[in-house]
Amino acid sequence: MIQLFTRDVVLSVRSGGGFGLALVFFLILVVLMPFALGPDQSVLAKIAPGLLWLGALLACLLSSDRIFGMDYEDGTLELLATSPLPLESVYLAKAAAHWFTTGLPLSLAAPVFGILLNLNLEVGGVLCLSLLLGTPALSLIGSFGATLTLGVRRGGLLLSLLVLPLYIPTLIFGALTVNAAALGKELDGSLIPILAITLGAIAILPFFSAMALRANLQ
Amino acid sequence: MSTKLGMKHFWPFFWKLANPKVFMRWSGLCLPWIIALTVLCLGTGLIWGFFLTPDDARQGSTVKIIYLHVPSAFIAINGYFVMVLGSLFWLVRRQHVSVLVAKASAPIGMTMTVIALTTGAIWGQPIWGTYWVWDPRLTSFLILFLFYIGYVALWAAIDDQDKVADLTSVLALVGAVFAVLSRYAVIFWNQGLHQGTTVTIADGVSQKNISSIFFQPLLLSMIGFGLLFLTLLLIGARTEIRAQRLQVLEGLERLK
Repeated sequence: MIQLFTRDVVLSVRSGGGFGLALVFFLILVVLMPFALGPDQSVLAKIAPGLLWLGALLACLLSSDRIFGMDYEDGTLELLATSPLPLESVYLAKAAAHWFTTGLPLSLAAPVFGILLNLNLEVGGVLCLSLLLGTPALSLIGSFGATLTLGVRRGGLLLSLLVLPLYIPTLIFGALTVNAAALGKELDGSLIPILAITLGAIAILPFFSAMALRANLQ
Repeated sequence: MSTKLGMKHFWPFFWKLANPKVFMRWSGLCLPWIIALTVLCLGTGLIWGFFLTPDDARQGSTVKIIYLHVPSAFIAINGYFVMVLGSLFWLVRRQHVSVLVAKASAPIGMTMTVIALTTGAIWGQPIWGTYWVWDPRLTSFLILFLFYIGYVALWAAIDDQDKVADLTSVLALVGAVFAVLSRYAVIFWNQGLHQGTTVTIADGVSQKNISSIFFQPLLLSMIGFGLLFLTLLLIGARTEIRAQRLQVLEGLERLK
């Protein structure tokens, strides 16, 4: 399982497709926002937390169809299915690798990009923390969606259609936390729902994803 | 005692319906009666509601949209429930009828969600002064609609029947968990941001908030909508079963 994780991480770093792209996409999104909304500093600061959460979410989503896609096409996934490793663990390892290469860098970069949107560093810290707790859930849900759309040619659009509604609770709690911090409120426990969604996703999604993988590999 | 005895006969019969032949025979027998009952309940309920009840003191005749709004919202939620149950039965018992019932339920529920949202918007314009507010109730209905779309889209995307049945069932179950989660997240979200500005709707289902002149026809049209759902569900499931039979027959024909 750890080998599979390192293999996926190494592949995504070396193949020059996944690793940096999500981050650059996130940056471009942040740069485009002031063009759409005007350069007014106070307006930007007001909507920055929500925008950064939304941007991170979209960047996560866009990279999630590669999690299983390549391995399904070249037959690696079938080999993995016949190996002693249960499919639940395959899913967990791949989702973890996806988080490590997208969610983690996105969370760390978000406060820095926040400066562009006039977000102060203290709130940036809360943003980083909430993303660190929330992006694993995004990766897990995205990977789950990827297992559903494996067999669909050009499944990218379908994937976002299936996954985006599932992202709603995470987005709500994530943006809520950072917005509250931006208004100068105490954190007291508002990170707990995000953590709960992540832990819940770890608990239930592996089984459903493995079911979907089995249906696809029959 | 008698209900216990009834249940003893009901469940074996219910599971027997999973046999497509039995299902087709029974649904074929019941369908005309159910259609007749639907027309009767829905017709009486709506005509009674629209023409034979007085206008509301403050809302005027706009209040009468309630006879479409509340029942369709009621069916929209229960349609999802039927979908989830059908999916669950398919994953556990592998009987095609249950998953086809789930498949037939989705478009009906989706349409009901649209009806509920539209009638709500039409009512909201004169009463609240706006077609749309991000009230928790409205928002969670919109989210419910998105979940329906995802489920229907996945059915349309894959040809292999058994595979797509598995995948959509998994989606329906996970979707149900996240739909409930979204429901509560949305309540939390709106209270957190716009405290005190949410419009509270008088709940039509509980009799305390509504006079019985309005409640009786409402109840009747809710029953009517329930029967309408059953009618459409049976027709939809019968069509799906026939389509699958046709597919098998065509496959056999090609082998010859």
